[in-house]
Amino acid sequence: MTTEAIINKVRDNLKDDIVEINIKSNVRALVSIKPEAVQKAYDLLFSEMGFRFIIASALQSKEGIEIYYHFSKDIIGLILNLHVLLPKDNPQIESLADKYVAANWIEREMHELYGIKFLNHPNLEKLISDGNWAEGVYPYKEE
Amino acid sequence: MGIKTHSFKKSLWLFHFGGASCNNCDIEILDCLTPRYDVERFGMKLVGSIRHADVLLVNGSINKKDKPRLEEIYNQAPKPIVVVAIGACGCTGGIFAEGNTFAGPVDKIIPVDVYIPGCPPKPEAILAGIVKLLNK
Amino acid sequence: MKDVQWVTGYNHRGIEKLCESKTFDQVFFLVERVCGICSTSHPFAFANAMEEICNVELTNRAKYIRSIIGELERIHSHLLWVGLAGHFLGYNTVFMWAWKYREPVLDLFEMITGNRNSYAMFKIGGVRRDIENSMIPSMKKVLDIVKKKTDLLIGAVMDDPVIHARTKGVGILTKEDIIQYGALGPTARASGVPIDVRRDDPYAAYPLVNWKVITAEGGDVFAKTEVRLLEINESISIIEQCLEGLTKEKEGEIEVKVKEIPEGFGTGHAEAPRGEVFHFVKTDGSNYPKRHKIRAPSYMNIGTFKKSCIGQTISDATIALAAVDPCYCCTERMAYVYNYSTGEKILNGSELIKLGQQKTDEIRKQLKMDK
Repeated sequence: MTTEAIINKVRDNLKDDIVEINIKSNVRALVSIKPEAVQKAYDLLFSEMGFRFIIASALQSKEGIEIYYHFSKDIIGLILNLHVLLPKDNPQIESLADKYVAANWIEREMHELYGIKFLNHPNLEKLISDGNWAEGVYPYKEE
Repeated sequence: MGIKTHSFKKSLWLFHFGGASCNNCDIEILDCLTPRYDVERFGMKLVGSIRHADVLLVNGSINKKDKPRLEEIYNQAPKPIVVVAIGACGCTGGIFAEGNTFAGPVDKIIPVDVYIPGCPPKPEAILAGIVKLLNK
Repeated sequence: MKDVQWVTGYNHRGIEKLCESKTFDQVFFLVERVCGICSTSHPFAFANAMEEICNVELTNRAKYIRSIIGELERIHSHLLWVGLAGHFLGYNTVFMWAWKYREPVLDLFEMITGNRNSYAMFKIGGVRRDIENSMIPSMKKVLDIVKKKTDLLIGAVMDDPVIHARTKGVGILTKEDIIQYGALGPTARASGVPIDVRRDDPYAAYPLVNWKVITAEGGDVFAKTEVRLLEINESISIIEQCLEGLTKEKEGEIEVKVKEIPEGFGTGHAEAPRGEVFHFVKTDGSNYPKRHKIRAPSYMNIGTFKKSCIGQTISDATIALAAVDPCYCCTERMAYVYNYSTGEKILNGSELIKLGQQKTDEIRKQLKMDK
């Protein structure tokens, strides 16, 4: 499948949940979606279209807290970045970890660093913070 | 010289404590055991328990989570014990000293006798440090 | 074994936050020290990410030099692993041999870059030091020695019936497990999942040379050993081709000057000895990264412990865990056995290694071999 065909399929399946699509090159693309559609998008990319979950990166910008979920279609070398924007106060999003085990650790880490709540995560326990910083402190989040 | 210092001169047993490191120094310490540098010809070997050790090798910048464990290891060590801080991270914290989980270089937590700087120090440097220590 | 629990956080150094206070050029020195063994893969992926943002094309010479460093690192990392695996199984001679023949590779590094372990060779747009064409014949001589000795090592390891007994059928990961956990590198390739960043999303000199991706079907520790040993040979071949390529390029053209870093983001990945290293960089037009996310391959591979270790005996624990080649600096280092019902600790890490070594002795006696 070519990059163009993949983006078209994503567009057709996610329709109104899409905020923006940006095709940077043949091997890099960005799809911005509404936070409520993240499970649907992961289902589509991983289970249906055979993408591999690379990792998720959270960051804070002036618009709020953003999460980039990175996926790779190894056969054609495409990296597709799925982007969601959450409000700075009380950022929360549906967890992917109960269905997809690859997302388990990174959601715990993003919670510890930025305070993002992952709803219905099977075990949102501390991963790296225990002994390193206090509960309720989010070192990477700027107030 | 007293019997303690006399017996200390031969075949030191080393215990290695790796803090929050990049493992470069750990690999160079293990390299000392390999045929090219062969620290075993001095009678030195790595032991699995601090209670058997004469020398405590510490490397890595120490994390807030590692700090209590380092203190406990030092307390469990039979005195006299020689503490060697290896690598730039062991001596001063290196480039990780400004990190948010840094808990002070090794000499803020336990007393250090020998510093071997380098990033990582070559096995020859580590051996030279240990031999200098033996001659002290 | 009924369950594996992973306690981590001992190695957390806050590197991602530290990167935000360093200039782009300084970040290279910082990310090299994320891990000592895959030291070059991190600058490699970071450089790929930055060059995507700046949209700059490297000179051929820089590409060859980058690939040479990357492949030399792969050789020394796999030899290191073979030594450690030998130690966990009780073959201390394999440990000594493998680490002895790592030394010529480290000498090569010292000759080219000045250091045995953290090379500081990368910069945005190219490399910092040139490999002069006059150095190439002596490099080839060292590579010949390494090739001869690895062939010896491969023969000794792959034909030994005790090693077959210890590693075949141990720590199996199926293709489905690999896909579910997102596992990478030789761990994935040993279960028949042929992913390799060097072929899937080519970078540096990999599209300019002939090489193949090594896979195996078993998914057990033996398959992972096989993949790693054969990859050493493949790496030697890539380096020799790159050295040939260097002789045809003009000396000294090792970098392209990059004046400004525009606003945007870049995703760069590289194939480290353990799998795909991924860096995500967001820039805002200033000289410092706004956000730098680093993901090492062991982050994904370690999750597979839940699948490969459950159901195995305790004496196979260390070799099953080590087969994934967890990079402890990119991840963690405490191993102990605990009682499932009371939660109390029974055996610690070095006792686990001893158990593994004892099992080998028993198998040897069964096969009636001399020690």
